[in-house]
Amino acid sequence: MAEPALSIRGLTKVYGNGFQALKGIDLDVHQGDFFALLGPNGAGKSTTLGVVCSLVQKTAGKVSIFGIDIDKDFAKAKYQLGVVPQEFNFNQFEKVLDIVLAQAGYYGMKRSEALPRAQQLLTDLGLWEKRNGSARMLSGGMKRRLMIARALMHRPKLLILDEPTAGVDIELRRSMWEYMRRINRDEGTTIILTTHYLEEAESLCRNIAIINHGEIVRDTSVRELLAELDTETFLLDLAEPVAQVPVIAGFELQQIEPSQLALVIHRGQQLNDVFSALSAQGIQVVSMRNRANRLEEMFVSMVESSQQAIDQREQQEASA
Amino acid sequence: MNAMQTLVALWTLVLKEIKRFTRIWPQTLLPPSITMAMYFIIFGNLIGSRIGDMDGFSYMDFIVPGLIMMSVITNSYSNVASSFFSNKFQRSIEEMMVSPMPNGVILSGFILGGMARGLGVGLIVTLVSLFFTRLTVEHPLLTVLVVVLTSALFSIGGFINALLANKFDDISIVPTFILTPLTYLGGVFYSISMLPDFWQGVSMLNPILYMVNVFRYGFLGVSDIPVVWALAAIFAFIVVLFMVALTMLERGKGIRS
Repeated sequence: MAEPALSIRGLTKVYGNGFQALKGIDLDVHQGDFFALLGPNGAGKSTTLGVVCSLVQKTAGKVSIFGIDIDKDFAKAKYQLGVVPQEFNFNQFEKVLDIVLAQAGYYGMKRSEALPRAQQLLTDLGLWEKRNGSARMLSGGMKRRLMIARALMHRPKLLILDEPTAGVDIELRRSMWEYMRRINRDEGTTIILTTHYLEEAESLCRNIAIINHGEIVRDTSVRELLAELDTETFLLDLAEPVAQVPVIAGFELQQIEPSQLALVIHRGQQLNDVFSALSAQGIQVVSMRNRANRLEEMFVSMVESSQQAIDQREQQEASA
Repeated sequence: MNAMQTLVALWTLVLKEIKRFTRIWPQTLLPPSITMAMYFIIFGNLIGSRIGDMDGFSYMDFIVPGLIMMSVITNSYSNVASSFFSNKFQRSIEEMMVSPMPNGVILSGFILGGMARGLGVGLIVTLVSLFFTRLTVEHPLLTVLVVVLTSALFSIGGFINALLANKFDDISIVPTFILTPLTYLGGVFYSISMLPDFWQGVSMLNPILYMVNVFRYGFLGVSDIPVVWALAAIFAFIVVLFMVALTMLERGKGIRS
């Protein structure tokens, strides 16, 4: 069996102030996967990825990239790795083309080899026309695309994207998704993504790990995770305002606005039953949508139960 | 990385550093030229003509090597300190940290970048000085050797300063409160033989005195201190500080959490 693109065993990180950001996590990302690492702010996502790309020093544990132990040959492992960080981390005063060419140079790529690669990537990402302009003149979305182009210059087999579409408008986000899908599908690049847009993870990723308080809460496929979803919440827009919340036996309804209801559907319940009951009460539904996307509901419930488990553990430790 | 890839990476970094300080030449190359021209006019011509000879040379001839060296020292130091700290501040240092470039190459790239500016400014100041005096170089090889070594030494110093710095103020403290006084008291404007014995002894503790004197020896053939001793001290400082800087970089001091 092929080595995982990324293998993490017992990864621990304790910062200088004593804060334990990672508590011995284990994680495997297989070659060719499109993988999401999710978690609330401060959960340990960026610390994990920081260790993988050498921006954070681990306290303990083992990390291998395509079977190469980073403690034994980090330089070789780094050739396999491309990184798109959460924050802009290029010199804003440099030219766009200089930024990507310099990155190729750091990997030992000669200019004659790097220039056609830069032209291809900057063209694909809609930045070639801007190549001679200063990076600070680019819009936020263009800066994000510049970081993607820079990360791909040396043709990495594993691409790490830390919130790549944060602050990017919807249209641009969709075009970036399409680009990421393409390099995953056509070039076989393994992609690890962290994001706060769970719709993004649901749409792009095949496998997913949820991290909270430095521990992996769940590591599974998106399909399996969604299959476990017990409830979904829909927002129903009504033709007319209603004075009070209609009562339908077996269903939970809440009034959000005079002409909008929230409906919680449990597994096995039929939406048609709700529509029939509402219609019988003279209430017409004109449109319907998910209040949150499906993965988001699952994510919130997992993070909440993980928090409860931690609170219980702390209480037991305190009383012991 | 193989040898060719390492060379490409090093050249990329050096070229990037050279592009940086030439892009902002009104801040980096022009001010030292104007400042030194003022020194030559005021101290060399106007005041110097009333001072008379120093160690058997006109005052202008005496101060030219010291002023060139002063420019090289301050520009080598400040180039690396400000460039590396800016990289830290903007987090663009991460571009290098995630790459397979060895730490020794990163360190050498910044040092060579600092040397390029320090020696470039030194050359400009030398050319400016030709408007005021006729330079003779008694020992050309020694002159080049000592200015190159001094530039390297202060580039390393600037790198260590930037690694330890947490804010922009931290990279101006050393140049303002340590480097400038040591340079002014390092025999740029006077011969230490003019000082009482006690202050001559104190001056011998100033490392910049050795560099200025050896450099002056290269030009004029006179020095207050033994040349070999000074060269050995500069070389030893380079080796020790390079190892300190490399160790700090390996440990991620100031750049890895």
